[in-house]
Amino acid sequence: MKDLVVLRVVARWNIPFMVVFGLYVQTHGELGPGGGFQAGVIIAAGFLLYGIIFGAKEMRRIIPRWITDVMAAGGVLLYTAVGLYSMSMGYEFLDHTAINPANPGSAEPWGMVLVEYGVGLTVFAVMITIFNEITEGTAPEDEEKNTDYENPTEIDLPRD
Amino acid sequence: MIEFVAIDIALLVLVTLTAVAVVEVRSLFSAVLLSGIYSLLMALVWVNMDAVDVAFTEAAVGAGISTILLVGTLVLVGQKETVRKPINWPALVVVIVTGAVLVYGTLDMPAFGDPTAPAHTNTLTRKLIDQSVEKHPDGKSGQEALSKASGQDTEHGDEHAHDDAHAHGDYFHGYVPNQVTAVIVTYRAFDTMFEVCVIFTAGLGMILLLRGRRGNPLKGGLL
Repeated sequence: MKDLVVLRVVARWNIPFMVVFGLYVQTHGELGPGGGFQAGVIIAAGFLLYGIIFGAKEMRRIIPRWITDVMAAGGVLLYTAVGLYSMSMGYEFLDHTAINPANPGSAEPWGMVLVEYGVGLTVFAVMITIFNEITEGTAPEDEEKNTDYENPTEIDLPRD
Repeated sequence: MIEFVAIDIALLVLVTLTAVAVVEVRSLFSAVLLSGIYSLLMALVWVNMDAVDVAFTEAAVGAGISTILLVGTLVLVGQKETVRKPINWPALVVVIVTGAVLVYGTLDMPAFGDPTAPAHTNTLTRKLIDQSVEKHPDGKSGQEALSKASGQDTEHGDEHAHDDAHAHGDYFHGYVPNQVTAVIVTYRAFDTMFEVCVIFTAGLGMILLLRGRRGNPLKGGLL
């Protein structure tokens, strides 16, 4: 679809705003509507729009698969790490008081923000992964497949 | 009040028409775009009910990412519905009965905005929130503990945040103005954690099942 001038120009103008708005939602999750989940979805939508217009291969050049894999796991680990930190400080799991025991009211937003970053990372990475896997091999430039089923090439996980 | 009802009726009529159109339309591309419009209309319904967070999620997920992923799927399956199947009568009966049961279930729910609804009067819920979010083992009110904490430790440091909390008149969630996020991320922190795990598992399943296996069923993959 990258030959259509209108699509190309509109995408190039819109994607930065989508990503910035997603970051705004992420950083203001505890102040207004939204949070990590919505922010991850919005940022991923920006990247996926790029992938639809310019091709999935071009998108994977910008954000390779190993990065999204690491981000998906890293988000869950960040969430649980916040909980384990509370435990290591002698509080209950995910009791954000541990971040600032002197003033629980101000520790609360800090814990929430950290946890929301974990949620946002995982959601963003998984959305990109789903798009990557369902569109794999559909673009004409991806046609390097081995149709010789009798003599398969060696088992390899693509890491492009 | 009456204008809200009028807006609701208009929106719900449009929602119904869009839902019928999604099923009836032959072009799959049109169906995908119509389902995006359906989500956008539902988001407007939520806004009309003052559920801004739900509306935001509906717009971001239903109208945004779902539409994009479905368009990505259309690349695989083509744009036209090839076979027009006749109506499956047993399936239709099952759907209608299930829908009727769900509607019957809503009859027991309190009316929208009813001040005597359990959500507004249940003291047990308030007590649980006080214990888990407010973080005062001795069960004091948020205001007392707030003044105690600021008096003891932070004479000047948190002055601004203190005023902020006063302005919002909301003590039992700390300094967090958005109560929806406060409930989701602290009061229901375990719930949210396992939701994130579910999303991660979905991505993991896509990787294990589909990565590197397109075009040659014997090539690649961990299974």
